[in-house]
Amino acid sequence: MGASSLIVLMIAAVAFSGIAILISKFVLKATTNKQKGEPYECGIPTKGPSWVQFNVGYYLFALIFLIFDVELIFLFPWAVVVKQVGWLALVEIVVFFFILFMGFLYAHKKGALKWM
Amino acid sequence: MGWSLENISHFIDSWLYNEFDPTIARLIEFLIIAVCVIGLFAVLGLVLILMERKVSAWMQVRLGPNRVGPGGMFQTVADTLKLIVKEGMTPLNVDKFLFNLAPFIVMIVSMVVLAPLMFAKNFQIWDINIGILFITAVSSVSVIGILMAGWASNNKYSLLGAMRSGAQIVSYELSAGLSVLCIVVLTGSLRISDIINSQANGWWLFKGHIPVIIAFVIFIIAVTAETNRAPFDLAEAESELTAGFHTEYSGMKFALFFLAEYVNVFIVCAIGATIFLGGWMPLHIGNWNGFNHAMDYIPSFLWFFGKTFLLIFVIMWFRWTFPRLRIDQLLNLEWKYLLPISMFNLLLVTVIAILKWHF
Repeated sequence: MGASSLIVLMIAAVAFSGIAILISKFVLKATTNKQKGEPYECGIPTKGPSWVQFNVGYYLFALIFLIFDVELIFLFPWAVVVKQVGWLALVEIVVFFFILFMGFLYAHKKGALKWM
Repeated sequence: MGWSLENISHFIDSWLYNEFDPTIARLIEFLIIAVCVIGLFAVLGLVLILMERKVSAWMQVRLGPNRVGPGGMFQTVADTLKLIVKEGMTPLNVDKFLFNLAPFIVMIVSMVVLAPLMFAKNFQIWDINIGILFITAVSSVSVIGILMAGWASNNKYSLLGAMRSGAQIVSYELSAGLSVLCIVVLTGSLRISDIINSQANGWWLFKGHIPVIIAFVIFIIAVTAETNRAPFDLAEAESELTAGFHTEYSGMKFALFFLAEYVNVFIVCAIGATIFLGGWMPLHIGNWNGFNHAMDYIPSFLWFFGKTFLLIFVIMWFRWTFPRLRIDQLLNLEWKYLLPISMFNLLLVTVIAILKWHF
């Protein structure tokens, strides 16, 4: 099986979920009213909108993650050839990690990794 | 050994291409794959949820489900029937499009990741040459589904839960990826079949000295966090956030999230079993020829599923052993301990691979 199996799997997933949801739609008739449609927050009436600003900490972590994730992508081709290249590959990756780690230490020093 | 899954799939393949013309044969094969994968999903959902409840009960010295069927075997079937007749309601203030799209995305991701997994000897859907990279890349898409569900629900609990699990999943992906890379360094290939074949004379966990054991431990911790399971389940901490990102979901849509969660546990454990424990490779010990021959008689798919379920059991064991972490402790653990350790560990593994110290 080639890449076409991915399309098959996607269609299978959509069909499975869709049929499951459709069956439950057919089995009973849904009713709705205002009380039923309210967000569930443990029974207390909701105050204000829920689409609000969230803690900036999440954003900082996402930024640092992005740097390291790109690094991970660079490491994959390196990892495949490291045995053929030998010691030179190790030296190169040590330099790469060193530069990356400096940035990581900078972020740490700035307090980006501290919660709140 | 005539009835291995490999032979059966080859037999079906050649029979189809003999009987029908290639286009129709191919379409029938696609249909078979789709039915098999959906069947696997259904069976995994039923088995894993029952196993979770039985293991929890066993750890807490109680009986667990024991009314429906012998030993409570059909409890999950009954639960599924109950969920079908539940009303799948959509609250009034949600973003309807994203709210309905999110379960589909989560399901698509967990089904597509199955493609390169090798379930038995030479039995897999697609032997892609970048298998490990494919798995790492596709499985990180599921965080989009989770964030989508949390954001679209228009509920403060859902939003908080989605944010927490988003931060958690992306953070722990790094150390999981780095520990997977350790094995790629030792094998020199990203193809799943190459990785398994390189373990013919011993699994990497035993062949690769202490750094690989460290990588394995880090991998298990990281995937426990990635699948949002206890002790890292603060995204859906029941006592604080009711159910996290799927608080507003009910009926079948909730069931889909629940199913995807358990299938994801299976998938990450299958990856762990493949790269560290040799996939379908039987346990071979040095020159014990009699022992090795006896092990060869156990079918390869039993080895694969046995190893996978062993890892699943370990992850379920964690749930009843460790208390839940706080979000700052969780992020500290990843960024200040696991990530530096796994980066340094990767360098150690590289030295071992270059010096050919591994067995």
